[in-house]
Amino acid sequence: MDLDIIKESIPAIFAALPVTLALVSLSLFFGFFLSMIVALGRLSEYWILHRSAYLFVYIFRSTPLLIQMFLIYYGSGQFKEELDAVGLWQFFKEPWFCAILSLTLNTGAYTSEIIRGGIQSVTLGFLEAGRACGMSTIQLFRRITFPLAMRQALPAYGNEVILMVKSTSLASTITIMDMTGVYTDISSEYFSPFEPIIVAGSFYLMINYIVTLLISRAEKKLAITVM
Amino acid sequence: MDLSILSWGADGWGDEFFYATLITISVAVCSFLFGIILAAGAATMKLSGNAILKSIANGYTTIVRGIPELLVIYLVFYGGNTVLMSIADDLFNYDEYIELPIFLMGVVCIGLSSGAYSTEVIRGAVLAVPIGTIEAAKAIGMSTSKRFKRILLPQVARYALPGLGNVWQLTLKETSLISVIGLAEIVRIAKICAGSEKQPFTFFLTGLILFLVLAALSDRGYLSLEKWSNKGVRKS
Repeated sequence: MDLDIIKESIPAIFAALPVTLALVSLSLFFGFFLSMIVALGRLSEYWILHRSAYLFVYIFRSTPLLIQMFLIYYGSGQFKEELDAVGLWQFFKEPWFCAILSLTLNTGAYTSEIIRGGIQSVTLGFLEAGRACGMSTIQLFRRITFPLAMRQALPAYGNEVILMVKSTSLASTITIMDMTGVYTDISSEYFSPFEPIIVAGSFYLMINYIVTLLISRAEKKLAITVM
Repeated sequence: MDLSILSWGADGWGDEFFYATLITISVAVCSFLFGIILAAGAATMKLSGNAILKSIANGYTTIVRGIPELLVIYLVFYGGNTVLMSIADDLFNYDEYIELPIFLMGVVCIGLSSGAYSTEVIRGAVLAVPIGTIEAAKAIGMSTSKRFKRILLPQVARYALPGLGNVWQLTLKETSLISVIGLAEIVRIAKICAGSEKQPFTFFLTGLILFLVLAALSDRGYLSLEKWSNKGVRKS
């Protein structure tokens, strides 16, 4: 164990912390909207909507994120001319765009199942009461279904956030210098895998610890208090 | 998209993909089993009254589930070789480059993370066993080992099955990460083919479809396993 390497790698890996956090927050942000759409599609009465939503969820949940990322980043190169013709190549050639796109699609698929479970757990009586008060469908969703579903979904969503923090490390395989990317650089520079991994691992653990704290706080805040 | 490059034999990559799929399956099976062995140990430690054992097992699951699998793989792969080489150098004055078998390394890495998830599943299953059944076994004078074999194990296996099914799917997907250290599983082969044939989309899509097939087959197998394990259980 070499303390100097630890000292050297702390600032280097810390400098990559914003990259990891940006990957996590951007893909969670876009993924949340996507998952709402997919969850509503899954619950829709039109078979074409729920079938295609189901297919999307099935594909993205049962294949590895790594191959999804490679398919988007490297695979798009095969259609360079076509993508260029519609003006999309400038996006697909950027590793950042591809990383966030694949992370978004992936978390969108997982989160949609969590949200679907939340929506289905809403008691029918609440909806009937809302209807009886004369709420429109949109009002019903915004005032009753959505908040209740979110409270139900929160613990599972917390786990999904932690998985996402871990998943962003895969972005390092498509040349993004996040904390894992910087880790591989340092460890090959010093020929030492141990010291920098302690630093990088601690940062990841710290992020996940904070996520756990925030989620349990939110859970407490949203919990029904009888008294 | 020209699919003849996926044909069997010398001018196609079909056979390479077939063997890569076999490797993916074997890594997944071995790591899953290795993970279950680790998990049985760690769950026992967590459920024991001993504070030290408990904190060791908690440390294992917290760390492995809290840091990216990719880091665990880099640690085991590069770290394992470094440690081995320094031991060889110290003990036998052997300073050539040594590399552990890559398959074994892969199984250790994926097994470590699979085991952390299985630990929680097994712990939950043990806690779900109705205490009355254990008491009844004690009352009729079963020995500890008999009690374990006849009462605890069959019930734990049944309660743990749904959770372990999830861990299996997770493990199957995680084997893809082993491609970064060069084991010739599906993603690795897809990457090699993509590089040499200049058709990355075709090959990565092939890999994706192979994983889909494996997942669908697992679903099937899992359903029949669950049916079999719930034989004789009264439905509520």
